Amino acid sequence: MAVDNLSLEAPSGKITVLVGPSGCGKTTSLRMINRMIQPSSGTITLDGRDTGRMKESELRRGIGYVIQHAGLFPHRTVLDNVSTVPRLLGMDKTETRKRSMELLERVGLDPAFAKRYPAQLSGGQQQRVGVARALAADPPVMLMDEPFSAVDPVVREQLQDEFLRLQGDLGKTIIFVTHDIDEAIKLGDQVAVLKVGGHLAQIAAPAYLLSHPVDDFVADFVGRDRGYRALSFQPTPRLPLASERTVSMGERIGGIDADWVLVVDDDNHPLGWVEPARLKGEVRSETLHRGGTVARASGPLRAALDAALSSPSRRGVIVDDTGALVGTVKAHEVLTAIEETSRPELANPDNPGAPAA
Amino acid sequence: MNGVITWLTDPLNWSGSDGIPGQTLTHLWYSAISLFVACLIAIPLGLAIGHTGRGRFFVVNLAGAARAIPSLGLLYLMVLWLFPKLKGDSAFLVPSLIVLIVLAIPPLMAGAYAGVEGVDPAARDAAKGMGMTGMQVLGKVEVPNALPLILSGFRSATLQVIATATLAAVAGTGGLGRFLIDGQKIRDYPQMAGGALLVAVLALVVDLLLAVVQRYVVSPGLTGRGAGPARGSRRRSPNRNLGNTPLDVDIPSTTRTVDPQTP
Repeated sequence: MAVDNLSLEAPSGKITVLVGPSGCGKTTSLRMINRMIQPSSGTITLDGRDTGRMKESELRRGIGYVIQHAGLFPHRTVLDNVSTVPRLLGMDKTETRKRSMELLERVGLDPAFAKRYPAQLSGGQQQRVGVARALAADPPVMLMDEPFSAVDPVVREQLQDEFLRLQGDLGKTIIFVTHDIDEAIKLGDQVAVLKVGGHLAQIAAPAYLLSHPVDDFVADFVGRDRGYRALSFQPTPRLPLASERTVSMGERIGGIDADWVLVVDDDNHPLGWVEPARLKGEVRSETLHRGGTVARASGPLRAALDAALSSPSRRGVIVDDTGALVGTVKAHEVLTAIEETSRPELANPDNPGAPAA
Repeated sequence: MNGVITWLTDPLNWSGSDGIPGQTLTHLWYSAISLFVACLIAIPLGLAIGHTGRGRFFVVNLAGAARAIPSLGLLYLMVLWLFPKLKGDSAFLVPSLIVLIVLAIPPLMAGAYAGVEGVDPAARDAAKGMGMTGMQVLGKVEVPNALPLILSGFRSATLQVIATATLAAVAGTGGLGRFLIDGQKIRDYPQMAGGALLVAVLALVVDLLLAVVQRYVVSPGLTGRGAGPARGSRRRSPNRNLGNTPLDVDIPSTTRTVDPQTP
């Protein structure tokens, strides 16, 4: 049995992520929601209505559906692909066209793509079309089955960020399946970890899941560096920032008495570090050390710590929301800040295995 | 050789109902009827098998077995069996048509089946998941995507039927085969060669016309002739290479065996 006795609730307007190892029944569970797979027993209700009593095709037309390889129709243009469900529902043709064009733009595709065919798009672009197509009839519920796992990591991250931004605007009720715990934690408002057989191991908000896994299975699954990853959910408090000596491109830095100097552009955006002691002549693009990451002051602690750890000067570069330099911070200062932040409270201290309220 | 040209250019051979134009029309007419009936039988069956995935072994075995049927042998068999039961012209015609229909069914059915079977499973899953009914999935997704293979099955069948319709003359009917059979009786070799040449040319011309039709009815998204420059990585559709040639539709070796566990 792929899924046995699974019971969970996906709150309206939130992203619920089902995550688990292969064969844990997460996709089966998802596909039972729009009855692509018929559950042998039990009920699934949508807004209080039993889906088992609804007509299959009508049920599915009211639920957005995004799958791993997008599943675009190769013989239809991008625009016609997006218009599929509105046309099935018999909506007005010109109105649908207009809306589909808007949606393409919303998912970050140039309107010029409308007339193309899926074979002419990259995997990431196809997936964007897949998302636009699922949104076309404005369904309140979306099912997404590993939608970003077939694209390369850079594109995946882009798609995830845009997906979160889109969800911020639209507020759909989303069930999202993935095998990637990092993706689950990044995207989910609540994350359900499934064991083989569709048994629910734990369902909780991502930060809670990382700090209070209920058992060894969940602890193993959320990974060894969960302490570090949990910092993604901790906003950066006020850090003791040091002001940094900066130079601009093309400047001569022979006389500066410092181990490392930060190079910035005209807008005070950091570009990289240089070592005055080793650099003869002026600062050029090729002489920059670009190894350090840059953290936003309003971002999570994880980024601030990473900035400090990755910086060649051991000083992490902190910028404001426009990307302009505000100062630098050392790793031990970030660690002090981390020690002062609180971890999510255990919901029920007498019974650490209980789910979060 | 000169004799062939003389025969082909003789105005006498170009007039009357048993002249070259008349026999060509008759030839085309027999071919068209046979193809039409064969399509009615084979295409719905092939689509159904591809759509449901049931009866796969049927297509595979039929396609193989049909190649082993000797057309001439079948024709004699049909004539012997049907001649006493039919009257007038149809006594000659019906056996010939049956042979042609039997010949046309396997490529047509294999094309329809392989075309539908080859549709990207993700596209089919998406179609169903977006709320298309079974018939909508077939009509809006599977058939348009299977079109290159359906048409190449059709072209393959057409070539075979036009070539084999020559045999109809053996059973005593018209068509370009008359020149071959009649020529042989009176040892008129230029007439035989001329007739053979006409059959070959006719088959090629019809195939060319069908190629043009195929170009216009198949979606540019499937043939790679889409509007605008291609960008990014192209995901190759499995049908693309087969799209434009009337090759016999080959069933992938992995599906040749009958797997009782296939759902």
